[in-house]
Amino acid sequence: MSEIAVRTRWPGAVAMAGGLMLLLAACGGGTSHAAGKSPSGAASSKTAPMPGMTMPSGSSAPATQAAPVAGNAVSIKGFAFVPATLTVHAGATVTWTNDDEEPHTVTSGKGPLRSPAMDAKATYRHRFARPGTYDYICTIHPFMHGTVVVKP
Amino acid sequence: MSGEHAAEGMSRRGLLRHGAWFGGAVVLAVAGGEVVSKVVGDADDGGGGIPDDASPRFVQVSDSHLGFKGPANTDVTGSFSRAIAQINALDERPDFVIHTGDLTHLATPAQFDQVKQMMGTLKTGHVWTVPGEHDSVDDAGQKYRTAFGAGSRGDGWYSFDVRGVHFIALVNTLHLKKLGHLGADQVDFVRKDVAGLSSDTPVVVFSHIPLFAMYPNWGWGTDDAAQVLSLLRRFSSVTCLNGHVHQLFTKTEGNVTFHSATTTAYPLPHPGDGPAPAPVTLPAGRLRDALGVREVGYVKGRRALAVKDRRLA
Repeated sequence: MSEIAVRTRWPGAVAMAGGLMLLLAACGGGTSHAAGKSPSGAASSKTAPMPGMTMPSGSSAPATQAAPVAGNAVSIKGFAFVPATLTVHAGATVTWTNDDEEPHTVTSGKGPLRSPAMDAKATYRHRFARPGTYDYICTIHPFMHGTVVVKP
Repeated sequence: MSGEHAAEGMSRRGLLRHGAWFGGAVVLAVAGGEVVSKVVGDADDGGGGIPDDASPRFVQVSDSHLGFKGPANTDVTGSFSRAIAQINALDERPDFVIHTGDLTHLATPAQFDQVKQMMGTLKTGHVWTVPGEHDSVDDAGQKYRTAFGAGSRGDGWYSFDVRGVHFIALVNTLHLKKLGHLGADQVDFVRKDVAGLSSDTPVVVFSHIPLFAMYPNWGWGTDDAAQVLSLLRRFSSVTCLNGHVHQLFTKTEGNVTFHSATTTAYPLPHPGDGPAPAPVTLPAGRLRDALGVREVGYVKGRRALAVKDRRLA
């Protein structure tokens, strides 16, 4: 196999990783908690600082007939975020639970959400400190879209 | 070296049953230099095996998803082990093995370690890889490159030559929102990479996600693939091999022939069949019909590569 010559180049990957870090660094607001450091990589958080009183969402997204969701929880089920739009108040901690067998992520391009790969039943939490509209996707299945609207 | 190919004929029967679950899947057969598409499961395979004089010859394996736990395959490690044993038992040692991505299920260091150790037992001249989106899920591929980018083959995309055939390995799973996507830097890499090649050089392109639009709604396509394919238009023989879709599929567009490979882990639905590309749990005993490995060979003077998909033994 000595005739195999290799040419390599990957500036794009570096640029992308760097861009991701910039995005993360730029978002001062919330605090992401996901136990990505565990050897298994499973996203289950025990360290998220739950606010003393979790405010019920001011205006819930239209209810779907799928799994009932209450408060600040989003179910990932059937390759969809349920509810697709969740409205909370600033300071609320939102919990995502993967109810699929397939892994998913909760990832926002312009915002603070960046879960590791969430295997079945894994959860990911994020506390939204600042008002705003946070769109996110699953990086494994980018056709999955979700939004968190954070009111003052 | 790898020139000492056994003279005995290839077993061609294994291919026939491959269509059992795939139904309408097609496989290429090489006949008189023309590409002939035929449905697998016909009475004979029409010469679809790898000719004895093929050189180079290599094996494509894909989507091992080590770490997957679910009813669709409760033992992906065992399945991948069988695939490796099957490759190691081939009559002729492949010049190299290419894994076209989703080596791991969750891109954990432990899963990367495991797949790397397992592939270290392959009897072949070299093991090449490209990442799948499961391998680059949360870090734009950093852990993947830590496991597979170091050493002899470098990081990210690359190219190499084996006995007159030019191979290009592309990465189309790193964009945060576009699945798949190559990006301007990679297109530029290909432009420079092929600039000095004569148009009669056979070109083979590896990627995880197909470079044709198999089902973009599920991320089964690469939005800027046309930019790379246009750079390859002047070549008389271009073959694109991908994984990602966990099922056999072949099509030809102009001078380019695309072959989607199956998986060693679990099947996915046919394009658009159902709401989502969720793992399919087959009836008991049928899983192996959907899994497999692929042999590929180049025969001098033939435009199309010989491709033979083997059901998992």
